[in-house]
Amino acid sequence: MLILLCPYCGVKAEETELSPGGEAHLKRIGPDGTAEEFEAYLFARKNLKGVHFERWRHAYGCGKWFLAARDTHTMQVYGTYKAQTAHATDEIVANARQARPEWVPDWPQASEAVVG
Amino acid sequence: MPSRRYSVFAIAREALRQHQGWNRAWTSPEPRDRYKVVIVGAGGHGLATAYYLGRNFGITDVAVIEKGWLGGGNTGRNTTIIRSNYLQDPSAAIYDKALKLYETLSQDLNYNVMFSPRGLIMLAQTEHEVRGYRRTVHANTLQGVATEWIDARRVKQLVPIINIDGPRYPVLGGLYQARGGTARHDAVAWGYARACSDMGMHIIQNCEVTGIETENGQVRAVNTAKGRIGCDKLALVVAGHSSQLAAMAGFRLPIESVPLQAMVSEPIKPCMDVVVMANTVHGYMSQSDKGEMVIGGGTDSYNAFTQRGSWHHIEETVRALIETFPMISRLKMLRQWGGIVDMTGDRSPILSATPVGGIFVNCGWGTGGFKAIPGSGWAMAELVAQGRPGPLAAAFGMNRFREGRFIDESVAAGVAH
Repeated sequence: MLILLCPYCGVKAEETELSPGGEAHLKRIGPDGTAEEFEAYLFARKNLKGVHFERWRHAYGCGKWFLAARDTHTMQVYGTYKAQTAHATDEIVANARQARPEWVPDWPQASEAVVG
Repeated sequence: MPSRRYSVFAIAREALRQHQGWNRAWTSPEPRDRYKVVIVGAGGHGLATAYYLGRNFGITDVAVIEKGWLGGGNTGRNTTIIRSNYLQDPSAAIYDKALKLYETLSQDLNYNVMFSPRGLIMLAQTEHEVRGYRRTVHANTLQGVATEWIDARRVKQLVPIINIDGPRYPVLGGLYQARGGTARHDAVAWGYARACSDMGMHIIQNCEVTGIETENGQVRAVNTAKGRIGCDKLALVVAGHSSQLAAMAGFRLPIESVPLQAMVSEPIKPCMDVVVMANTVHGYMSQSDKGEMVIGGGTDSYNAFTQRGSWHHIEETVRALIETFPMISRLKMLRQWGGIVDMTGDRSPILSATPVGGIFVNCGWGTGGFKAIPGSGWAMAELVAQGRPGPLAAAFGMNRFREGRFIDESVAAGVAH
């Protein structure tokens, strides 16, 4: 059974306690969007076999939406993070890269973090 | 060498010769450099597409390539149910075409697919379902698909082992299609493969596609584990991994992949000679010719490619079915498995040309592709041969999502197929 850590209440929740909400980080399309943009927003999904970012709701817990990075092939969970985030944390990226060295994030990377 | 025709005389002749004279049902050639049509996916839909390309259009310069073994994907994992009682007209047309082809498929292919039109009941266990199925019966009447509404008493007559007075899921009636039933799933793939091989087509197993070559928006070749194979036309018929193949060709599909589960019990004496589907509880059951109770469950609600599925779906399905069929509570389950199904937004399939010239897709059959195999192959062959959809496939283009022309079956057939 899939177990995800809710980043809000800290509960390790089993999947029966959660509601899945599909692909994360979709860009909303406003009234001025074209038919193609609306189609992409509503239907075209990455449906990746590998590292997948997705929305979950802690439905039978705190009730909040959060995001998870999960591997759709191996079912490994790389981490969960709060919904008010543009993309996954560096730690989650590192976990995913460790399991899948060929994978690269598809969002622009910040320059090398300054240590210290 | 074409395979020998199967008949009672052939069996008698071979019986006298220690069965030394049988040929292999299909050949396993090495791929040539180029074919007119390459079909990716040697499951039921891919092989049926090849068969009707040859039979209806005389196109036999065809290769069907398969990453695993023939019929080893969802064709060998489904619960073998065949029906055509759909709500929307385009669905009823293609599924009923499939059902009609199934009725004579064993004779057409000279291969026993064990089609068994034993009748099929979709149980109504809530008032909402009663209204929904009555509506479907009316729609089917207009479509010329024979279905009827039957009351709970009649359900009990047809299925004596059923409990119609369950406290949680009482049986209020059912949608009955007498022509529905089951067929042997492997035999459907094997029969088509044999017929395709006899026409001179190549079926190439263990040949995974690793890339798709295009030039000026036109398909040129597929790169595979057995090298580059050139083609004029390419048909992608790969339920479960349609998005991955589309990504290789550079376009996206409105598809998400989820596991769907099924299981089978130990064999028991004949106890149920119809197919029963209980859509409220996401369970459906029939008895195989070997005596096993074949039980289909629900899909996971999140994307995965594991061919396994979540355990709690099995628990939910079994818990609910035990109330409706109390006698199965003592059965041992022999096997449980999952297959990866393509889900589209409107729960209807896609048979379509694509943004890349010469590439056609057949996908998105969701949880109910097996019943559609002959009709799907028929319509896909028309599409591939003519470059534009025939009457059966016309409504199933992938542009319907952009244009808002949905074929909404998610109410009529939410999960159970």
